[in-house]
Amino acid sequence: MEALLEAAVRLAAPLLLAALGELIVERAGVVNIGVEGTMLTGAFVGFAAAVASDSAGLGVAAAAFAGCAVGALFAFFAIARGTDQIVVGMAVNLLAVGATGLAARALYAGATPSGPTLSSAALPFASDLPFVGPALFAHTPFVYAAFGLALVVGFALARTRAGLRLRAVGEVARAADAEGVSVARVRVSAIVLGSGLAGIAGAALSLAQSDTFTEGMTAGRGFIALAVVIFGRWSSSGVVLAALFFGLANALQFRAQAQGFDIPYPLFLMFPYVVTLTVLAFVAAHARAPADLGTPYHRER
Amino acid sequence: MNRRDERLIDVARALFAIGLALAAVALALALLGFAPGPALSALARGSLGSSAALTATVLKSTPLLLTGLGVALCFRCGVWNIGAEGQLLVGALCATAVATRFLTDAPAGVLLPAVVAAGALGGFAVGAIAGALRASRGVSEVISTILLNFVAIQLVALAVHGPLQEAAGAYPKSDPFPAAALLPAIGRWHLGIAIAALLAVATEGLLFRTAVGFRMRAVGLAPRAARFAGISPERIALFTLGLGGALAGLAGAFEVAGVTGQLYEGISPGHGYTAIAVALLAKLHPLAVIPSALFFGALEAGAGAMQREAGVPASVTQIVQGIAILVSATFAVAAGRRRGGMAAGAAADAVEETA
Repeated sequence: MEALLEAAVRLAAPLLLAALGELIVERAGVVNIGVEGTMLTGAFVGFAAAVASDSAGLGVAAAAFAGCAVGALFAFFAIARGTDQIVVGMAVNLLAVGATGLAARALYAGATPSGPTLSSAALPFASDLPFVGPALFAHTPFVYAAFGLALVVGFALARTRAGLRLRAVGEVARAADAEGVSVARVRVSAIVLGSGLAGIAGAALSLAQSDTFTEGMTAGRGFIALAVVIFGRWSSSGVVLAALFFGLANALQFRAQAQGFDIPYPLFLMFPYVVTLTVLAFVAAHARAPADLGTPYHRER
Repeated sequence: MNRRDERLIDVARALFAIGLALAAVALALALLGFAPGPALSALARGSLGSSAALTATVLKSTPLLLTGLGVALCFRCGVWNIGAEGQLLVGALCATAVATRFLTDAPAGVLLPAVVAAGALGGFAVGAIAGALRASRGVSEVISTILLNFVAIQLVALAVHGPLQEAAGAYPKSDPFPAAALLPAIGRWHLGIAIAALLAVATEGLLFRTAVGFRMRAVGLAPRAARFAGISPERIALFTLGLGGALAGLAGAFEVAGVTGQLYEGISPGHGYTAIAVALLAKLHPLAVIPSALFFGALEAGAGAMQREAGVPASVTQIVQGIAILVSATFAVAAGRRRGGMAAGAAADAVEETA
């Protein structure tokens, strides 16, 4: 039980990081389905930088930067050029798969080494608590960062001027514009910031959950992060719960597998996606998305 | 500007997108220390250099044509079907189930049509799930079609490790198709190639010559206006996703019944995702999907040769796809705005609003 909780929290962290990034982007009225590719880029660049510098910390910084850069690319086409957001997101995903695959072959010639990882750091006192201590407070920095950022994002969206502007742009872009808020500037900032989080989420895979980069290692987690945002009804507390739910589903999958139940392996792999679809079928109809979600804004209209 | 000039400009733009993508790849290769010259010449040889290469190009293009048609139809209606991959896989799975389990002993006159129909039905079902989720539960088809892709990949794995595994039981693949379940072929050119080309013409006719096609385009151009005119965008979305799914499912059936003769994991190297690039480069025009599919088919056929002969990883194909998508979609937006006139501008904006 304790181990299950520990695994759920650990596996939820990358999803939570990516979903918080997407939450920021979507609250500004933009859908970025390029999270998957942004995560993959973060996973690769983070790993490559960590290997080159022999420092996992520098790797994380590089991953965040790479995520921001991918976000800037997305923003250039989706916001500055007005190309459809879904189309740009898909292009980003394809580009990321191609570019990381090509670069990994070029750098490591098919023999990818293991790199440094961020090790778990037990929080003093808290980790001594019975039962929840080791499960909640003996994790890698990614886990603390993810849950800490959830608080920060929740507070910033609800209580700060920047958060108010962001939400205004996502709900009624035209009114925000009339109030003197630059819709494009807010959206571009949200995309770059959110993509940085997706980059860090990728690093959580290549610098904590494993110690190497493998092609396509995000394996759809970026897409699940999109579902987490919907399931979490576009609120940061909801996103935390939804990410934990998927972390738990993932942990159960590994648990059941390890205990050798006589269930075919593909069924386990299918499980999170089927759960997501089922959950969406029950939640999506009631969830209220930001009113201007996915709607491009043209000032001259 | 008359229509013919516009067509010419569209073609020029598509060629420019391709040129830009290839140039970017050459640059990336040079930066990463691969020699771009030999790589690109291997790419050309492997796709166009011999009759075997041409055949490979056409064979790779066929599933891209069918899935590309499905995606183009959906995008035309403002339905973001990212699920052609899953629809293709389930189509291949259903076709294989019929060919190797359910009707194994039936004569060709019965078996082959059944195999092809099973493929189309399987794809239809997957597309319809996404359509029904959107129509009844308000689930965005972007998410549901993506998730269904992952489900479909595991369904194929489940099948070839379980109920559809070969009798020998050695490898995770299906039994070979009985001869009566294989598409008739001249050399390696199977009947599915011709059917796919005919379907491109049929899709063009459906979209531009029928009442249903008119409704589909109306929903894509101006969903609110269409609703006022009594057209239900939800029903159109359901219909289109089903139809797009059936086309992709057919692609899956043609792959197993025309090319591989059996089902195994990884039977599709991402045709359903490439289909998005195919559809967008064709500006969502069914007939233009034919040359677009041929281009991306040539790229895939050539990439294999490039990997073998020049040691350049085949993942460059995804880079070309990504750039081609970005460039052609960005042109489409710019052209929509520039063409000016109230109607054209409103239509371009309406297309974007459906996103």
